[in-house]
Amino acid sequence: MVNAAIEFKDVRKSFTKKDGSVQHILDGVDFIVPPGKTTVIAGGSGQGKSVTLKLVLRLMDADSGRIFIHGEDVTRVRGKKLETLRTQFGVLFQGSALFDSLTVFENIALPLRERTSKSEEEIFEQVHASLAQFELTGHDAKYPAQLSGGMRKRVGLARAMQLQPSIMLFDEPTTGLDPVMTQEIYHLFASTQAEFGFTSVIVSHDIPKIFNLADQVIILDKGRMDVFESPEEIQWSEKEHIQDFVKTTMGEIYQSQLVEK
Amino acid sequence: MNTNFLARLGNTGMYVLTDLGRMAFFVSKALRGVFRRPFRMGEFLRQIHFIGVGSLTVIFFTALSTGMVLGLQGYYSLNKFGADGMLGSAVSLTLILELGPVLTALMVAGRAGSAMCAELGIMRISEQIDALDCMAIDPFRYFITPKFLATIIAIPLLTSIFDVVGIAGGYIAGVKLMGVSPGSYMQGMTSSVTNHDIMIGAVKSVVFAVLVVWICCGRGYFVQEIRGAGFGAESVSRVTTQAVVLSSISVLVFDYLLTAVLL
Repeated sequence: MVNAAIEFKDVRKSFTKKDGSVQHILDGVDFIVPPGKTTVIAGGSGQGKSVTLKLVLRLMDADSGRIFIHGEDVTRVRGKKLETLRTQFGVLFQGSALFDSLTVFENIALPLRERTSKSEEEIFEQVHASLAQFELTGHDAKYPAQLSGGMRKRVGLARAMQLQPSIMLFDEPTTGLDPVMTQEIYHLFASTQAEFGFTSVIVSHDIPKIFNLADQVIILDKGRMDVFESPEEIQWSEKEHIQDFVKTTMGEIYQSQLVEK
Repeated sequence: MNTNFLARLGNTGMYVLTDLGRMAFFVSKALRGVFRRPFRMGEFLRQIHFIGVGSLTVIFFTALSTGMVLGLQGYYSLNKFGADGMLGSAVSLTLILELGPVLTALMVAGRAGSAMCAELGIMRISEQIDALDCMAIDPFRYFITPKFLATIIAIPLLTSIFDVVGIAGGYIAGVKLMGVSPGSYMQGMTSSVTNHDIMIGAVKSVVFAVLVVWICCGRGYFVQEIRGAGFGAESVSRVTTQAVVLSSISVLVFDYLLTAVLL
């Protein structure tokens, strides 16, 4: 248990629809995210990928089951313990979630100002080092609305990295980006992970490209989870819904790529 | 059919109870944020400026217009009984007890309340509030509590400005235009307005301020939980409209209740 960065044990989550019927998003799922590795969570729309991330972050509560972070049961933690738990995470949101009224510098400095006792000089130095690392030098005084999609992602990533999290969560990190920018963002993930050694959990539709980064793939379908040690393993699964997923989501191109490998 | 009706009724009842619970949770977190450190004085002053200074123009013209209309209509009614000397009393008591607090709260709900609701709604749908939570930064301490405090301070101050400008408007209409004696206007006002009347007006304005900021911020914060609001930008626009309507109705209902209790 201690070896897992994140562990779900028989976690269930359901929502009540407007008509009163109940939709089971996660129906007793179990999985382990190994530390220092990259886990990709894939699946169709509405299958619970983002819900899984929100459960990890405790932005919502599971109906039942237990969630462990670095071996500690966090299923029901509240207050200061929850704040401490969240400082272990860095999150890159789908739309970057930058604060529109703050400049790039202020956005990146926000966690340092609010969660550390660093002086303004130290914050200035750290933020400018991050700006250089994420190729944002010279853009520090701009507002998010003045940035391209790729730059917003880089600012979001820089902000998420400020407190040196042990686990990074990426929610659809390349949505809305062109192929060149997507490739650039993936390189950035790979280089920052190599440098900082954090655990990554990536929720993405960008299949098959995202699988190149994956050490482990989790496929969500109708409340169930299937865990694969490698992207290649998916292709050889005999489960019908996985075969359907391969056909409909990854397409023939990916299948041929896997065959070539 | 009866079963369907009962199911819908139960479903609606559950939703209303859940919504009330959410709003109670919201106000308790917002008020607890006052005691959480560090307090964001800069954000608080920015909100005071936005809600208070920014509303001065609309408050000034609404108060002047209301006071002048009261002056003219009051003169018209009182003159029939030869009691136009009571105009100062009628205008000032009406403004201090009723129209000042009510109209100020309605104006602030329309101008600043809608803006606060839309801002929080957009922050919610663009995951900015989630981002704060994920950085272990309490969104209430960070930007909701400053809005609460600023509104609770700004509305009573705006109400007192409304009262003064309105009484001046009544003076212009009654004394300068209709020829009522300036002495009797001032005398009527000073002799009839008591500290108790001013206290009632002040209590009302504080209660209305809490209602406006609570409903407007709460609706925006929970934009994704509001039934029938839809999704994305549409949900923010619908919930903003709903917040202004709900806060305005609440102000009017509480105006009656407070008048009945305090007068």
